[in-house]
Amino acid sequence: MRMNEIIEQILAGFGVVVIVAVVILVCATIPRIRRYLPALTQYRHLLSSLVARDLKVKYRRSALGVAWSVINPLFMMLIVTFVFSQVFRIQVENYPIFYLTGSIVYTFVNEATATSMNSIISNAGLIKKVYIPKYLFPLQACITAAVNASLSLVAVAIVFAVLQAPLHLTLFLTPVPLLFAGVFSLGLGLILSALVVYFRDIAHIYGIWCLAWFYITPILYPLSILPDFAQTILLFNPLVHFVDYSRAVMLEGVVPGLQENLICLGFALSTLTIGILVFKKAQEKFILYL
Amino acid sequence: MRTVIEANNVTMRFRLYQDRPDSLKELLIKLTQRQVKKYDELVALSQVSLKVYSGDVLGIIGLNGSGKSTLLKLIAGILKPTEGTLVRTGAISPLIELGAGFDMDLTARENVFLNGAVLGFSKAAMAEKYDGIIEFSELQEFQDVPIKSFSSGMLARLGFSIATSTQPEILIVDEILGVGDFLFKEKSENRILEMMSGGTTVLLVSHAIKDIEKLCTRAIWLDKGVKHMDAGTDEVCSAYKALAD
Repeated sequence: MRMNEIIEQILAGFGVVVIVAVVILVCATIPRIRRYLPALTQYRHLLSSLVARDLKVKYRRSALGVAWSVINPLFMMLIVTFVFSQVFRIQVENYPIFYLTGSIVYTFVNEATATSMNSIISNAGLIKKVYIPKYLFPLQACITAAVNASLSLVAVAIVFAVLQAPLHLTLFLTPVPLLFAGVFSLGLGLILSALVVYFRDIAHIYGIWCLAWFYITPILYPLSILPDFAQTILLFNPLVHFVDYSRAVMLEGVVPGLQENLICLGFALSTLTIGILVFKKAQEKFILYL
Repeated sequence: MRTVIEANNVTMRFRLYQDRPDSLKELLIKLTQRQVKKYDELVALSQVSLKVYSGDVLGIIGLNGSGKSTLLKLIAGILKPTEGTLVRTGAISPLIELGAGFDMDLTARENVFLNGAVLGFSKAAMAEKYDGIIEFSELQEFQDVPIKSFSSGMLARLGFSIATSTQPEILIVDEILGVGDFLFKEKSENRILEMMSGGTTVLLVSHAIKDIEKLCTRAIWLDKGVKHMDAGTDEVCSAYKALAD
Protein backbone atom coordinates (compact mmCIF):
# COMPACT_ATOMS: atom_id res chain seq x y z
CA MET A 1 0.00 0.00 0.00
CA ARG A 2 3.09 2.26 -0.30
CA MET A 3 1.68 3.34 -3.66
CA ASN A 4 -1.51 4.72 -2.09
CA GLU A 5 0.41 6.78 0.44
CA ILE A 6 2.58 8.31 -2.29
CA ILE A 7 -0.50 9.18 -4.35
CA GLU A 8 -2.22 10.72 -1.35
CA GLN A 9 0.87 12.83 -0.68
CA ILE A 10 0.95 13.96 -4.30
CA LEU A 11 -2.76 14.88 -4.12
CA ALA A 12 -2.17 16.83 -0.90
CA GLY A 13 0.76 18.61 -2.58
CA PHE A 14 -1.55 19.43 -5.47
CA GLY A 15 -3.95 20.83 -2.88
CA VAL A 16 -1.26 23.18 -1.56
CA VAL A 17 -0.42 24.35 -5.08
CA VAL A 18 -4.11 25.00 -5.83
CA ILE A 19 -4.61 26.96 -2.62
CA VAL A 20 -1.57 29.14 -3.33
CA ALA A 21 -2.69 29.68 -6.93
CA VAL A 22 -6.22 30.63 -5.86
CA VAL A 23 -4.91 33.08 -3.24
CA ILE A 24 -2.67 34.72 -5.86
CA LEU A 25 -5.51 34.82 -8.38
CA VAL A 26 -7.91 36.38 -5.89
CA CYS A 27 -5.35 38.98 -4.79
CA ALA A 28 -4.63 39.87 -8.42
CA THR A 29 -8.30 40.42 -9.18
CA ILE A 30 -9.33 42.25 -6.00
CA PRO A 31 -9.95 45.56 -7.84
CA ARG A 32 -12.20 43.74 -10.32
CA ILE A 33 -13.99 41.83 -7.60
CA ARG A 34 -14.61 45.08 -5.77
CA ARG A 35 -16.25 46.54 -8.85
CA TYR A 36 -18.63 43.58 -9.03
CA LEU A 37 -19.65 43.77 -5.39
CA PRO A 38 -22.53 46.26 -5.81
CA ALA A 39 -24.03 44.03 -8.52
CA LEU A 40 -23.70 41.05 -6.20
CA THR A 41 -25.71 42.68 -3.44
CA GLN A 42 -28.29 43.84 -5.95
CA TYR A 43 -28.81 40.31 -7.21
CA ARG A 44 -28.74 38.70 -3.78
CA HIS A 45 -32.50 39.24 -3.60
CA LEU A 46 -33.00 37.58 -6.95
CA LEU A 47 -30.89 34.64 -5.85
CA SER A 48 -32.89 34.11 -2.67
CA SER A 49 -36.19 34.54 -4.56
CA LEU A 50 -35.15 31.96 -7.13
CA VAL A 51 -34.14 29.48 -4.45
CA ALA A 52 -37.40 30.10 -2.57
CA ARG A 53 -39.30 29.53 -5.81
CA ASP A 54 -37.51 26.22 -6.42
CA LEU A 55 -38.46 24.97 -2.99
CA LYS A 56 -42.04 26.25 -3.18
CA VAL A 57 -42.68 24.71 -6.58
CA LYS A 58 -41.09 21.43 -5.51
CA TYR A 59 -43.38 20.94 -2.52
CA ARG A 60 -46.50 22.75 -3.69
CA ARG A 61 -49.67 20.67 -3.62
CA SER A 62 -48.05 17.69 -1.91
CA ALA A 63 -49.78 16.98 1.38
CA LEU A 64 -46.57 16.22 3.27
CA GLY A 65 -44.69 19.09 1.62
CA VAL A 66 -41.18 19.63 2.85
CA ALA A 67 -41.30 16.43 4.93
CA TRP A 68 -40.61 14.52 1.72
CA SER A 69 -37.00 15.71 1.85
CA VAL A 70 -36.71 13.70 5.10
CA ILE A 71 -38.97 10.77 4.26
CA ASN A 72 -37.33 10.11 0.92
CA PRO A 73 -33.81 9.37 2.23
CA LEU A 74 -35.31 7.35 5.11
CA PHE A 75 -37.10 4.98 2.79
CA MET A 76 -34.13 4.77 0.44
CA MET A 77 -32.06 3.83 3.48
CA LEU A 78 -34.53 1.11 4.53
CA ILE A 79 -34.57 -0.44 1.07
CA VAL A 80 -30.80 -0.26 0.60
CA THR A 81 -30.14 -1.62 4.08
CA PHE A 82 -32.38 -4.57 3.44
CA VAL A 83 -30.86 -5.34 0.04
CA PHE A 84 -27.21 -4.89 0.91
CA SER A 85 -26.92 -6.05 4.48
CA GLN A 86 -29.47 -8.87 4.26
CA VAL A 87 -29.31 -10.02 0.66
CA PHE A 88 -25.71 -9.25 -0.35
CA ARG A 89 -24.39 -9.61 3.22
CA ILE A 90 -21.99 -6.68 3.32
CA GLN A 91 -20.45 -6.71 6.79
CA VAL A 92 -20.46 -3.17 8.15
CA GLU A 93 -21.40 -2.02 11.60
CA ASN A 94 -24.37 0.34 11.72
CA TYR A 95 -25.07 -0.15 8.02
CA PRO A 96 -28.01 2.34 7.87
CA ILE A 97 -25.78 5.16 9.11
CA PHE A 98 -22.87 3.96 7.00
CA TYR A 99 -25.09 4.17 3.93
CA LEU A 100 -26.73 7.51 4.81
CA THR A 101 -23.48 9.34 5.60
CA GLY A 102 -22.18 8.34 2.17
CA SER A 103 -25.33 8.82 0.16
CA ILE A 104 -25.99 12.30 1.54
CA VAL A 105 -22.75 13.53 -0.06
CA TYR A 106 -23.39 11.73 -3.33
CA THR A 107 -27.02 12.88 -3.54
CA PHE A 108 -25.97 16.46 -2.88
CA VAL A 109 -23.30 16.43 -5.60
CA ASN A 110 -25.58 14.62 -8.02
CA GLU A 111 -28.55 16.96 -7.52
CA ALA A 112 -26.43 20.12 -7.51
CA THR A 113 -24.51 19.28 -10.68
CA ALA A 114 -27.46 17.86 -12.64
CA THR A 115 -29.71 20.85 -11.92
CA SER A 116 -26.85 23.33 -12.53
CA MET A 117 -26.18 21.66 -15.84
CA ASN A 118 -29.73 22.32 -17.05
CA SER A 119 -30.08 25.70 -15.34
CA ILE A 120 -28.95 27.84 -18.29
CA ILE A 121 -31.14 26.02 -20.81
CA SER A 122 -34.21 25.94 -18.59
CA ASN A 123 -33.89 29.66 -17.85
CA ALA A 124 -33.36 30.51 -21.53
CA GLY A 125 -36.63 32.47 -21.57
CA LEU A 126 -35.38 34.78 -18.87
CA ILE A 127 -31.84 35.11 -20.22
CA LYS A 128 -33.16 36.16 -23.63
CA LYS A 129 -35.33 38.91 -22.22
CA VAL A 130 -33.67 40.49 -19.22
CA TYR A 131 -30.06 41.13 -18.39
CA ILE A 132 -29.14 38.93 -15.43
CA PRO A 133 -25.66 37.70 -14.54
CA LYS A 134 -25.80 34.14 -15.81
CA TYR A 135 -23.74 32.54 -13.07
CA LEU A 136 -26.76 33.11 -10.80
CA PHE A 137 -28.53 30.09 -12.28
CA PRO A 138 -25.93 27.38 -11.52
CA LEU A 139 -25.35 29.05 -8.16
CA GLN A 140 -29.07 28.94 -7.44
CA ALA A 141 -29.18 25.23 -8.34
CA CYS A 142 -26.32 24.48 -5.95
CA ILE A 143 -27.89 26.45 -3.09
CA THR A 144 -31.23 24.68 -3.56
CA ALA A 145 -29.42 21.33 -3.49
CA ALA A 146 -27.60 22.41 -0.32
CA VAL A 147 -30.92 23.24 1.35
CA ASN A 148 -32.25 19.80 0.40
CA ALA A 149 -29.07 18.15 1.69
CA SER A 150 -29.45 19.97 5.01
CA LEU A 151 -33.03 18.73 5.24
CA SER A 152 -31.90 15.16 4.71
CA LEU A 153 -29.53 15.62 7.66
CA VAL A 154 -32.75 15.46 9.68
CA ALA A 155 -33.17 11.92 8.38
CA VAL A 156 -29.66 11.10 9.57
CA ALA A 157 -30.51 12.50 13.01
CA ILE A 158 -33.66 10.34 13.18
CA VAL A 159 -31.67 7.22 12.32
CA PHE A 160 -29.06 8.08 14.95
CA ALA A 161 -31.83 8.38 17.53
CA VAL A 162 -33.62 5.18 16.52
CA LEU A 163 -30.47 3.05 16.42
CA GLN A 164 -29.02 4.78 19.48
CA ALA A 165 -25.73 5.06 17.64
CA PRO A 166 -22.83 6.64 19.53
CA LEU A 167 -22.73 10.42 19.18
CA HIS A 168 -19.33 12.01 18.70
CA LEU A 169 -18.35 15.62 19.21
CA THR A 170 -17.05 15.58 15.66
CA LEU A 171 -20.68 15.59 14.47
CA PHE A 172 -20.36 19.36 14.64
CA LEU A 173 -17.90 19.12 11.73
CA THR A 174 -20.62 17.63 9.47
CA PRO A 175 -20.92 20.86 7.40
CA VAL A 176 -17.23 20.68 6.42
CA PRO A 177 -17.44 17.73 3.98
CA LEU A 178 -20.72 19.14 2.63
CA LEU A 179 -18.99 22.48 2.06
CA PHE A 180 -16.18 20.76 0.14
CA ALA A 181 -18.78 18.88 -1.89
CA GLY A 182 -20.71 22.12 -2.49
CA VAL A 183 -17.69 24.04 -3.80
CA PHE A 184 -16.77 21.08 -5.99
CA SER A 185 -20.34 20.81 -7.32
CA LEU A 186 -20.54 24.51 -8.12
CA GLY A 187 -17.34 24.22 -10.16
CA LEU A 188 -18.51 21.13 -11.98
CA GLY A 189 -21.99 22.62 -12.42
CA LEU A 190 -20.50 25.76 -14.03
CA ILE A 191 -18.46 23.64 -16.46
CA LEU A 192 -21.41 21.40 -17.36
CA SER A 193 -23.92 24.22 -17.75
CA ALA A 194 -21.58 26.05 -20.12
CA LEU A 195 -20.78 22.97 -22.20
CA VAL A 196 -24.33 21.68 -22.46
CA VAL A 197 -25.43 24.90 -24.19
CA TYR A 198 -23.14 24.02 -27.08
CA PHE A 199 -23.52 20.26 -26.99
CA ARG A 200 -26.78 18.88 -25.67
CA ASP A 201 -25.31 15.37 -25.67
CA ILE A 202 -23.41 16.24 -22.52
CA ALA A 203 -26.67 15.93 -20.56
CA HIS A 204 -27.12 12.31 -21.59
CA ILE A 205 -23.47 11.42 -21.14
CA TYR A 206 -23.46 12.97 -17.68
CA GLY A 207 -26.57 11.01 -16.70
CA ILE A 208 -24.78 7.75 -17.47
CA TRP A 209 -21.63 8.96 -15.76
CA CYS A 210 -23.58 9.73 -12.58
CA LEU A 211 -24.84 6.16 -12.39
CA ALA A 212 -21.31 4.85 -12.76
CA TRP A 213 -20.09 7.41 -10.24
CA PHE A 214 -22.53 6.07 -7.67
CA TYR A 215 -21.03 2.60 -7.93
CA ILE A 216 -17.36 3.62 -8.03
CA THR A 217 -17.84 5.61 -4.83
CA PRO A 218 -17.95 3.55 -1.63
CA ILE A 219 -21.53 4.37 -0.68
CA LEU A 220 -23.07 0.90 -0.56
CA TYR A 221 -19.85 -0.91 0.39
CA PRO A 222 -16.66 -0.06 2.28
CA LEU A 223 -13.64 0.80 0.11
CA SER A 224 -11.65 -1.97 1.81
CA ILE A 225 -13.56 -4.78 0.07
CA LEU A 226 -12.16 -3.70 -3.30
CA PRO A 227 -8.92 -5.15 -4.70
CA ASP A 228 -5.81 -3.05 -4.08
CA PHE A 229 -5.41 -1.69 -7.60
CA ALA A 230 -9.03 -0.48 -7.61
CA GLN A 231 -8.52 1.29 -4.31
CA THR A 232 -5.48 3.04 -5.78
CA ILE A 233 -7.34 4.22 -8.87
CA LEU A 234 -10.29 5.43 -6.83
CA LEU A 235 -8.05 7.85 -4.94
CA PHE A 236 -8.51 10.09 -7.96
CA ASN A 237 -12.27 10.13 -7.42
CA PRO A 238 -13.01 13.29 -5.40
CA LEU A 239 -16.20 11.78 -4.02
CA VAL A 240 -14.21 9.02 -2.31
CA HIS A 241 -12.48 11.66 -0.21
CA PHE A 242 -15.64 13.65 0.54
CA VAL A 243 -17.49 10.48 1.58
CA ASP A 244 -14.54 9.37 3.71
CA TYR A 245 -14.52 12.75 5.41
CA SER A 246 -18.24 12.65 6.08
CA ARG A 247 -17.98 9.17 7.63
CA ALA A 248 -14.95 10.12 9.69
CA VAL A 249 -16.77 12.97 11.39
CA MET A 250 -20.25 11.46 11.64
CA LEU A 251 -19.63 7.76 12.15
CA GLU A 252 -16.12 7.26 13.46
CA GLY A 253 -15.64 10.36 15.57
CA VAL A 254 -12.29 11.14 13.95
CA VAL A 255 -11.07 14.56 12.89
CA PRO A 256 -9.45 14.10 9.44
CA GLY A 257 -5.81 15.14 9.33
CA LEU A 258 -4.15 17.95 7.38
CA GLN A 259 -3.46 15.68 4.43
CA GLU A 260 -7.11 14.69 3.95
CA ASN A 261 -8.19 18.33 4.27
CA LEU A 262 -5.64 19.43 1.68
CA ILE A 263 -6.78 16.73 -0.75
CA CYS A 264 -10.44 17.74 -0.41
CA LEU A 265 -9.62 21.44 -0.73
CA GLY A 266 -7.46 20.74 -3.77
CA PHE A 267 -10.25 18.93 -5.59
CA ALA A 268 -12.89 21.49 -4.60
CA LEU A 269 -10.95 24.68 -5.36
CA SER A 270 -9.35 23.49 -8.59
CA THR A 271 -12.76 22.44 -9.95
CA LEU A 272 -14.32 25.74 -8.94
CA THR A 273 -11.49 27.74 -10.55
CA ILE A 274 -11.74 25.82 -13.81
CA GLY A 275 -15.53 26.18 -13.64
CA ILE A 276 -15.38 29.95 -13.24
CA LEU A 277 -12.85 30.33 -16.07
CA VAL A 278 -14.81 28.09 -18.48
CA PHE A 279 -18.11 29.73 -17.64
CA LYS A 280 -16.72 33.25 -17.96
CA LYS A 281 -15.36 32.50 -21.40
CA ALA A 282 -18.53 30.79 -22.60
CA GLN A 283 -21.27 32.98 -21.15
CA GLU A 284 -21.20 35.84 -23.64
CA LYS A 285 -22.14 33.55 -26.48
CA PHE A 286 -24.83 31.58 -24.61
CA ILE A 287 -27.59 33.72 -25.97
CA LEU A 288 -26.69 32.94 -29.56
CA TYR A 289 -27.10 29.21 -28.92
CA LEU A 290 -30.17 29.10 -26.69
CA MET B 1 -27.67 67.35 -21.06
CA ARG B 2 -26.14 64.12 -19.85
CA THR B 3 -25.53 61.29 -22.31
CA VAL B 4 -27.12 58.10 -20.96
CA ILE B 5 -26.58 55.82 -23.95
CA GLU B 6 -23.77 56.10 -26.42
CA ALA B 7 -23.36 53.65 -29.25
CA ASN B 8 -20.33 53.86 -31.52
CA ASN B 9 -20.41 52.00 -34.83
CA VAL B 10 -22.30 49.11 -33.34
CA THR B 11 -22.55 46.09 -35.60
CA MET B 12 -24.43 42.94 -34.68
CA ARG B 13 -24.03 39.84 -36.76
CA PHE B 14 -25.81 36.56 -36.23
CA ARG B 15 -24.78 33.26 -37.68
CA LEU B 16 -27.63 31.36 -39.16
CA TYR B 17 -26.53 27.78 -39.28
CA GLN B 18 -28.44 25.84 -41.83
CA ASP B 19 -27.93 22.75 -39.78
CA ARG B 20 -25.91 23.50 -36.71
CA PRO B 21 -24.38 20.40 -35.16
CA ASP B 22 -26.24 20.05 -31.89
CA SER B 23 -24.49 16.95 -30.75
CA LEU B 24 -21.00 15.50 -30.65
CA LYS B 25 -21.93 12.79 -33.08
CA GLU B 26 -23.15 15.26 -35.68
CA LEU B 27 -20.09 17.43 -35.14
CA LEU B 28 -17.77 14.46 -35.66
CA ILE B 29 -19.54 13.42 -38.81
CA LYS B 30 -19.50 16.95 -40.15
CA LEU B 31 -15.87 17.49 -39.21
CA THR B 32 -14.85 14.41 -41.10
CA GLN B 33 -16.92 15.53 -44.06
CA ARG B 34 -15.54 19.07 -43.77
CA GLN B 35 -18.86 20.81 -43.85
CA VAL B 36 -18.97 22.21 -40.37
CA LYS B 37 -18.75 25.90 -41.21
CA LYS B 38 -21.84 26.15 -43.28
CA TYR B 39 -23.73 29.14 -42.13
CA ASP B 40 -25.13 32.34 -43.50
CA GLU B 41 -24.39 35.56 -41.81
CA LEU B 42 -27.20 37.91 -40.96
CA VAL B 43 -26.20 41.48 -40.29
CA ALA B 44 -28.92 42.67 -37.93
CA LEU B 45 -27.32 46.04 -37.29
CA SER B 46 -24.57 47.70 -39.25
CA GLN B 47 -22.40 50.57 -38.03
CA VAL B 48 -25.09 52.20 -35.94
CA SER B 49 -24.00 55.20 -33.92
CA LEU B 50 -26.42 56.80 -31.55
CA LYS B 51 -26.46 59.17 -28.62
CA VAL B 52 -29.38 59.33 -26.25
CA TYR B 53 -29.52 62.11 -23.69
CA SER B 54 -31.20 61.99 -20.33
CA GLY B 55 -34.87 62.90 -20.62
CA ASP B 56 -35.11 61.95 -24.29
CA VAL B 57 -38.15 60.06 -25.49
CA LEU B 58 -36.78 58.24 -28.46
CA GLY B 59 -39.04 56.49 -30.92
CA ILE B 60 -37.54 53.71 -33.02
CA ILE B 61 -39.37 52.87 -36.23
CA GLY B 62 -38.72 50.63 -39.15
CA LEU B 63 -40.15 47.70 -41.01
CA ASN B 64 -40.08 44.16 -39.68
CA GLY B 65 -36.53 42.85 -39.58
CA SER B 66 -34.94 46.27 -39.55
CA GLY B 67 -33.10 45.60 -36.29
CA LYS B 68 -35.27 47.47 -33.78
CA SER B 69 -35.49 44.70 -31.24
CA THR B 70 -31.83 43.85 -31.67
CA LEU B 71 -30.95 47.44 -30.86
CA LEU B 72 -33.08 47.35 -27.71
CA LYS B 73 -31.54 44.07 -26.61
CA LEU B 74 -28.08 45.53 -27.08
CA ILE B 75 -29.00 48.56 -25.01
CA ALA B 76 -30.51 46.37 -22.30
CA GLY B 77 -27.26 44.40 -22.15
CA ILE B 78 -28.86 41.13 -23.19
CA LEU B 79 -26.74 40.96 -26.34
CA LYS B 80 -23.15 42.05 -26.76
CA PRO B 81 -22.24 43.87 -30.01
CA THR B 82 -20.10 41.94 -32.48
CA GLU B 83 -18.22 45.14 -33.27
CA GLY B 84 -18.24 48.63 -31.86
CA THR B 85 -18.93 49.85 -28.35
CA LEU B 86 -22.05 50.61 -26.40
CA VAL B 87 -21.92 52.48 -23.11
CA ARG B 88 -24.94 52.93 -20.87
CA THR B 89 -25.29 54.68 -17.55
CA GLY B 90 -28.16 54.38 -15.15
CA ALA B 91 -30.66 51.77 -14.02
CA ILE B 92 -32.74 50.27 -16.76
CA SER B 93 -36.18 48.72 -16.74
CA PRO B 94 -36.48 46.52 -19.77
CA LEU B 95 -40.01 45.95 -20.96
CA ILE B 96 -38.80 43.88 -23.87
CA GLU B 97 -41.28 41.25 -23.02
CA LEU B 98 -43.69 41.73 -20.18
CA GLY B 99 -43.49 39.27 -17.35
CA ALA B 100 -40.17 37.72 -18.32
CA GLY B 101 -39.44 35.35 -15.49
CA PHE B 102 -43.02 34.72 -14.40
CA ASP B 103 -43.43 31.27 -12.93
CA MET B 104 -46.75 29.81 -13.97
CA ASP B 105 -47.04 27.64 -10.85
CA LEU B 106 -46.78 30.58 -8.48
CA THR B 107 -49.56 32.96 -7.52
CA ALA B 108 -49.80 36.56 -8.68
CA ARG B 109 -48.56 37.72 -5.28
CA GLU B 110 -45.48 35.49 -5.39
CA ASN B 111 -44.79 36.50 -8.97
CA VAL B 112 -44.81 40.19 -8.08
CA PHE B 113 -41.92 39.55 -5.71
CA LEU B 114 -40.11 37.20 -8.08
CA ASN B 115 -40.44 39.52 -11.06
CA GLY B 116 -39.42 42.45 -8.87
CA ALA B 117 -36.27 40.54 -7.94
CA VAL B 118 -35.59 39.88 -11.63
CA LEU B 119 -35.72 43.63 -12.21
CA GLY B 120 -33.35 44.12 -9.26
CA PHE B 121 -35.63 45.16 -6.40
CA SER B 122 -35.50 43.82 -2.86
CA LYS B 123 -38.37 42.13 -1.07
CA ALA B 124 -38.87 45.15 1.19
CA ALA B 125 -39.03 47.52 -1.78
CA MET B 126 -41.59 45.31 -3.50
CA ALA B 127 -43.70 44.96 -0.33
CA GLU B 128 -44.01 48.73 -0.30
CA LYS B 129 -45.17 48.84 -3.90
CA TYR B 130 -47.28 45.72 -3.76
CA ASP B 131 -50.69 47.34 -3.20
CA GLY B 132 -50.09 49.89 -5.92
CA ILE B 133 -49.13 47.18 -8.39
CA ILE B 134 -52.21 45.06 -7.71
CA GLU B 135 -54.47 48.07 -7.86
CA PHE B 136 -53.04 49.29 -11.14
CA SER B 137 -53.32 45.86 -12.72
CA GLU B 138 -56.93 45.50 -11.46
CA LEU B 139 -56.26 41.99 -10.22
CA GLN B 140 -57.37 42.39 -6.61
CA GLU B 141 -59.57 39.29 -6.69
CA PHE B 142 -56.89 37.09 -8.20
CA GLN B 143 -53.90 37.87 -6.00
CA ASP B 144 -53.57 34.35 -4.64
CA VAL B 145 -54.44 32.41 -7.77
CA PRO B 146 -51.62 30.60 -9.63
CA ILE B 147 -51.08 32.62 -12.78
CA LYS B 148 -51.32 29.60 -15.06
CA SER B 149 -55.07 30.19 -14.93
CA PHE B 150 -54.68 33.84 -15.99
CA SER B 151 -55.65 35.11 -19.42
CA SER B 152 -52.95 36.68 -21.57
CA GLY B 153 -54.44 40.11 -20.94
CA MET B 154 -54.25 39.61 -17.19
CA LEU B 155 -50.63 38.47 -17.43
CA ALA B 156 -49.68 41.46 -19.54
CA ARG B 157 -51.41 43.85 -17.13
CA LEU B 158 -49.55 42.34 -14.20
CA GLY B 159 -46.23 42.48 -16.03
CA PHE B 160 -46.72 46.10 -17.07
CA SER B 161 -47.71 47.14 -13.54
CA ILE B 162 -44.61 45.57 -12.02
CA ALA B 163 -42.19 46.93 -14.60
CA THR B 164 -43.50 50.47 -14.27
CA SER B 165 -43.91 50.45 -10.49
CA THR B 166 -40.60 52.22 -10.02
CA GLN B 167 -39.07 55.12 -11.82
CA PRO B 168 -36.10 53.71 -13.73
CA GLU B 169 -33.59 56.03 -15.39
CA ILE B 170 -34.12 54.28 -18.71
CA LEU B 171 -37.37 52.64 -19.73
CA ILE B 172 -37.49 50.36 -22.74
CA VAL B 173 -40.92 49.84 -24.23
CA ASP B 174 -41.19 47.30 -27.02
CA GLU B 175 -44.63 47.07 -28.60
CA ILE B 176 -46.45 46.87 -25.33
CA LEU B 177 -48.85 49.75 -25.59
CA GLY B 178 -51.43 47.41 -27.04
CA VAL B 179 -51.82 45.72 -23.69
CA GLY B 180 -55.34 45.12 -22.45
CA ASP B 181 -58.52 46.90 -23.42
CA PHE B 182 -58.70 50.55 -24.44
CA LEU B 183 -59.19 51.69 -20.85
CA PHE B 184 -56.02 49.94 -19.71
CA LYS B 185 -54.20 51.22 -22.80
CA GLU B 186 -55.07 54.76 -21.82
CA LYS B 187 -54.01 54.12 -18.25
CA SER B 188 -50.66 52.67 -19.32
CA GLU B 189 -50.01 55.57 -21.67
CA ASN B 190 -50.64 57.95 -18.83
CA ARG B 191 -48.22 55.99 -16.67
CA ILE B 192 -45.53 56.37 -19.32
CA LEU B 193 -46.28 60.08 -19.71
CA GLU B 194 -45.92 60.45 -15.95
CA MET B 195 -42.51 58.82 -16.09
CA MET B 196 -41.39 61.09 -18.90
CA SER B 197 -42.32 64.16 -16.93
CA GLY B 198 -40.35 62.68 -14.07
CA GLY B 199 -37.22 62.75 -16.24
CA THR B 200 -37.01 59.10 -17.30
CA THR B 201 -35.36 58.43 -20.62
CA VAL B 202 -37.70 56.31 -22.73
CA LEU B 203 -36.96 54.15 -25.74
CA LEU B 204 -40.14 53.24 -27.56
CA VAL B 205 -40.53 50.74 -30.35
CA SER B 206 -43.87 50.60 -32.05
CA HIS B 207 -45.45 49.96 -35.40
CA ALA B 208 -48.22 52.33 -34.39
CA ILE B 209 -46.84 55.58 -35.80
CA LYS B 210 -49.56 57.45 -33.95
CA ASP B 211 -48.12 56.37 -30.59
CA ILE B 212 -44.67 57.53 -31.63
CA GLU B 213 -45.98 60.88 -32.84
CA LYS B 214 -47.92 61.35 -29.63
CA LEU B 215 -45.18 60.44 -27.17
CA CYS B 216 -41.73 60.94 -28.65
CA THR B 217 -39.42 63.95 -28.76
CA ARG B 218 -37.01 62.33 -31.18
CA ALA B 219 -37.10 59.42 -33.56
CA ILE B 220 -34.76 57.22 -35.52
CA TRP B 221 -35.61 55.13 -38.53
CA LEU B 222 -33.85 51.85 -39.01
CA ASP B 223 -33.80 50.28 -42.43
CA LYS B 224 -32.28 46.81 -42.85
CA GLY B 225 -29.97 47.35 -39.92
CA VAL B 226 -28.74 50.77 -41.00
CA LYS B 227 -29.67 54.01 -39.31
CA HIS B 228 -31.56 55.70 -42.10
CA MET B 229 -32.67 58.84 -40.34
CA ASP B 230 -32.23 60.50 -36.95
CA ALA B 231 -34.16 63.69 -36.39
CA GLY B 232 -37.25 65.23 -34.81
CA THR B 233 -40.32 63.00 -34.54
CA ASP B 234 -42.44 64.77 -37.13
CA GLU B 235 -39.72 64.81 -39.76
CA VAL B 236 -38.91 61.12 -39.36
CA CYS B 237 -42.53 60.03 -39.13
CA SER B 238 -43.66 61.90 -42.21
CA ALA B 239 -40.72 60.53 -44.19
CA TYR B 240 -41.57 57.04 -42.96
CA LYS B 241 -45.24 57.42 -43.82
CA ALA B 242 -44.29 58.61 -47.30
CA LEU B 243 -42.82 55.16 -47.79
CA ALA B 244 -46.29 53.67 -47.65
CA ASP B 245 -47.65 55.91 -50.37
